[in-house]
Amino acid sequence: MPDESSTAIQRDAAVAALADLAREPGVAKPDPILIADNVVRRFGGLTAVDVEHVEVQRGAITALIGPNGAGKTTFFNLLTGFDKVDEGSWTYNGKSIEGVPPYKVARMGMVRTFQLTKVLTRLTVIENMRLGATGQRGERLLPSIVKALWRGQEREITERADDLLRRFKLDTKREDFAGSLSGGQRKLLEMARSLMVNPELVMLDEPMAGVNPALTQSLLGHVKDLRELGMSVLFVEHDMDMVRDISDWVIVMAQGKIIAEGPPHEVMADTRVIDAYLGAHHDQSLAQIAVDEGLDVPVEILEADGGDQT
Amino acid sequence: MDWGFIFTTSLSSAIGISSIVFCLGAIGLNIQFGYTGLLNFGQAAFLAVAGYGLATTVTTLGLNFWLGIVVGMAATVVLALLLGVPTLRLRADYLAIVTIAAAEILRLTLRSVAFKDTFGGSDGLQQFSDAFYNLNPISPGAYDFGPFKYNEKSWWVIIVGWSLVALWSLLVFLLMRSPFGRVLRGIREDEDAVRSLGKNVYWYKMQALILGGLGGAFAGFMLALGQSAVSPDAYATNLTFLIYVVLIIGGAARVFGPILGALIFSFLFQFVDVVLDQAVNTGVITFMSSTQAAQVRLVMVGVGLMLLMIYRPQGILGDRKELQLDAR
Repeated sequence: MPDESSTAIQRDAAVAALADLAREPGVAKPDPILIADNVVRRFGGLTAVDVEHVEVQRGAITALIGPNGAGKTTFFNLLTGFDKVDEGSWTYNGKSIEGVPPYKVARMGMVRTFQLTKVLTRLTVIENMRLGATGQRGERLLPSIVKALWRGQEREITERADDLLRRFKLDTKREDFAGSLSGGQRKLLEMARSLMVNPELVMLDEPMAGVNPALTQSLLGHVKDLRELGMSVLFVEHDMDMVRDISDWVIVMAQGKIIAEGPPHEVMADTRVIDAYLGAHHDQSLAQIAVDEGLDVPVEILEADGGDQT
Repeated sequence: MDWGFIFTTSLSSAIGISSIVFCLGAIGLNIQFGYTGLLNFGQAAFLAVAGYGLATTVTTLGLNFWLGIVVGMAATVVLALLLGVPTLRLRADYLAIVTIAAAEILRLTLRSVAFKDTFGGSDGLQQFSDAFYNLNPISPGAYDFGPFKYNEKSWWVIIVGWSLVALWSLLVFLLMRSPFGRVLRGIREDEDAVRSLGKNVYWYKMQALILGGLGGAFAGFMLALGQSAVSPDAYATNLTFLIYVVLIIGGAARVFGPILGALIFSFLFQFVDVVLDQAVNTGVITFMSSTQAAQVRLVMVGVGLMLLMIYRPQGILGDRKELQLDAR
């Protein structure tokens, strides 16, 4: 694990790069790894995602937050090719990856995890890890029959997998079935496995969901490590403490649109964000809102509700 | 009741032609269902296209036997592609629906009057297996080998058949210990996870469907050659399900599962039949005829399978702990 001083170097670089940007949705970043334009996804009459423009900074930890149903996971699915857009285009490292199937997106270095952890239950932990390595000769049908053709590569992959397992403190579980791990350990395994792909951009869908507090700190540490190792991170999360603690930049979605962007402490004070989470009229009574909207509300209800009769 | 006779016929059945057919079919199904999780409910169709590919080439078209084998295998690959292209992108159950329907469509086409000149209608095709039996080095006669009693033709089928079983089992062993097999097992557990790790899941599923189909093709060849005939109703849906039974008894996703399953199933199927038959004939059972008794054994297969599912769902070679891992 990198020590504190090196941690600070990468974080300071990321924070410095983002410091002078305008705090507005869709702001251009100095060195974007991912740029999306006019990405729209509709489910029948519901527009789940309608993102005009968004950029994700390279080498930084970017959080994607928003209330339930804001379209965060759908947006993730669209970007990684797991779902098809109705409109829109997006580029990764300057290359358009619109319509590219998920496995090719992963091979290009953009790897995601899932909200509901997807470990391969009846494979052992080490087999889960080995599966993550790309470009394996032994994964092709004919060469797979002759062990001599892939034995060397398998050894290298296993060494890399073992290193990662030690880093994520899963080395004692090496030979256990992944299905026997706890929820938090599964999150760790999924994250470690995604690193076997050698990603440049790691996309974590709710990395903290269902993780017990004892493991939270260790998971946070691992996410910070990704940045120190030169990777970019985009993650969806509900836990505000986590967002505040580790993210360099926060993008807020509500009702499919991006409504605010900025450094974590500023974004969380933004009235648009608070309104999106709690409702624009969260400090007013319901009856009062109805009156303001020009509705005819009976006097008894207004009195019962404690609203002003103006 | 003649217990010596009962055991020799049952043992003979265990190594006989139908056992070989079940075993090869189950090896193919094991690649598809056991390792990759593909619900192929049309394995009988793969046996049928191979058998009919061979028989049509030789009998109807009058071409070379070995060309017939090649045609049979090619037809299997084409069938796998036809079934796989539209369904493998969808959820697993779509493959199940499409394969079971395709198998019946194929059988009804093969037995249709319209194609009687090509496929022989409900009588099927004969006289295509001479080239196979001409290769037989065993001189004519009956040979006893322990409890097994067969003539030279049957011994030749048995030798070739179990050799094929050995070769296919070796192939499955080599494939499944490799990273290729790891990807297949990964797909069985969660294909989206495998996709997110940069594997072309669709192509892997297609390869598994083709490979397993080819296993079925060899079962189809052995069935056709063993009987020196192909007839459409031998490839009905119940053949597919008997192959499933064999695979599940032995244990899915185990190299030796299909072999053990075929031996046990064929032995018991014959054993129950002969025991009931003798019991009726010797007057031990008086309340049913021997025709009825023959049906009772199918009931007993069903009951036996239910008991297996309740008390040993992982099959004989399976690992119960593995099965109990929940798919949270």
